[in-house]
Amino acid sequence: MNLATTSLRQLAQALQKRQISSRELAQAYLERIVRLDSGIGAFITTDPERTLAQADAADARIASGTAGPLTGIPIAHKDIFCTQGWLTTCGSKMLSNFVSPYDAHVIEQFEAAGALILGKTNMDEFAMGSSNETSFYGTVKNPWDPTRIPGGSSGGSAAAVAARLAPAATATDTGGSIRQPAALCGISGIKPTYGLVSRYGMIAFASSLDQGGVLAPSAEDLGLVLNAMVGFDERDSTSIERPAEDYTELLEQPLKGLRIGLPREFFSGGISADVERAIEAALQEYERLGATRVEISLPNTALSVPVYYVLAPAEASSNLSRFDGVRYGWRAPQYEDLGDMYERSRAQGFGAEVKRRILTGTYVLSRGYYDAYYLQAQRVRRLIVDDFRSAFAQCDVIMGPSTPTVAFGLGEKTSDPVQMYLSDIFTISVNLAGLPGLSIPAGFGEGGLPVGLQLIGDYFSEARLLNVAHRYQQATDWHARVPALASV
Amino acid sequence: MALTENDLRRLARLARIRIEDGEAGPLLAQLSGILGLIDQLQAVDTEGVEPLSHALDLQQRLRQDEITETDRREQFQAVAPQVEAGLYLVPKVIE
Repeated sequence: MNLATTSLRQLAQALQKRQISSRELAQAYLERIVRLDSGIGAFITTDPERTLAQADAADARIASGTAGPLTGIPIAHKDIFCTQGWLTTCGSKMLSNFVSPYDAHVIEQFEAAGALILGKTNMDEFAMGSSNETSFYGTVKNPWDPTRIPGGSSGGSAAAVAARLAPAATATDTGGSIRQPAALCGISGIKPTYGLVSRYGMIAFASSLDQGGVLAPSAEDLGLVLNAMVGFDERDSTSIERPAEDYTELLEQPLKGLRIGLPREFFSGGISADVERAIEAALQEYERLGATRVEISLPNTALSVPVYYVLAPAEASSNLSRFDGVRYGWRAPQYEDLGDMYERSRAQGFGAEVKRRILTGTYVLSRGYYDAYYLQAQRVRRLIVDDFRSAFAQCDVIMGPSTPTVAFGLGEKTSDPVQMYLSDIFTISVNLAGLPGLSIPAGFGEGGLPVGLQLIGDYFSEARLLNVAHRYQQATDWHARVPALASV
Repeated sequence: MALTENDLRRLARLARIRIEDGEAGPLLAQLSGILGLIDQLQAVDTEGVEPLSHALDLQQRLRQDEITETDRREQFQAVAPQVEAGLYLVPKVIE
């Protein structure tokens, strides 16, 4: 079985027909990781013994006739999800010794589905970054060109799926951390509506924005994985209780009459010519599938970046105050007193970008600045949400580029945080509004690097978004292309 | 408003992050850049707009006042830097 060309759905069918065992499948992926990941750096931890033990349990479940659609499928998890008995680092030195004593809800969901844990993937430290260069565990390289970044913060998960080191991977998205690396690595990625995936055991960055999701080659595979991942969890106070949904049930629905909203602000400057060409070709494909274009406006798009860089650091500075060197995580080896222990443990345990965000958050929340920055950002957040509400009165789905350019070079933006932040201009507003967003491969740009098309839907329209993506993927084969290094 | 090194030291103290002498200069420059970015918000007219803390209109759920957590102290303390007799150890704070 050629893992570079076999989809998750096909793997699931092969397992159910007993053409391959879960153990054989896990071994094949583990072998690919050993052979190919040294040049990519997508994984922080693998534990073949544990994975194979899970595979044997899955094989027994398949034999007993009680298997579900994901039973026996190996899935890689972003190292932000607490996984009992596994090192869970969140990309940080702070948690370099943290073997989680409990499972995230997401991990429990996959365990119940009979999926295997293939390993824990690399990421920007505490999910703060757009290039996977802030990880304590080394930069991840883009499988399409190892001199380029894979995107971030879920860079390890995206690179693993792009190189077909895993059939799917979990990820999280606070300002674009699923859609941006999906776009830059030439795969599909979905950030569901805020509240659909439990944040319990998902290490917190900015709690009003953080949302778990999935990376996989195709929209169809995203739907299969999302079915297992979504679920109400009373341990997350923002978890949404609603009837279970089959995210694959609308996949085949025709697109005739679909109104695609194109925000003027997504196409007016700031987008490179190669990305614009690929997006235009994708839109023409959608017209052939029966969709029509509607020009819309999201007038506050440019403000989404400054709003985000007030609210996300503010929430992060509060969330990350728990790392104090007392109950878990890094403690400085030498200190004078309790205050000094806190200050040295945090100075040593956190990297530069995390410190910048904590200090920014501390600033905007401090007395005298709270109204001018924090409350003002929350007011503009409401304007941004209102813009989307007006837009969805005119269209069914919003489309545009996921990123302004194809993957940039390693080290190209590390010296200027603000330049790095601006690379998330098209994805951030979706988190501020809590809407579902998807990125799918839409051809190639400069240097033969992938371009991502972003699809934004109204609240809880995941099944429809996946349908819109799937029909495009039946008409094109961009999602099936694999980088040269992965085709062996 | 420009950030001074004194402001930075004060923020670092509030955030409990030690800043070494060589770090202050570059950090000050980077933070000033970030504050320049977020200062764009000052020009936006938000007269009469209510602050939005959360995109979805959620209500806090209530639950029965029952103990649902089990005692997992040993597992949780297994990952702590320093414990003794079930307690987390920190440097002496009261003389």
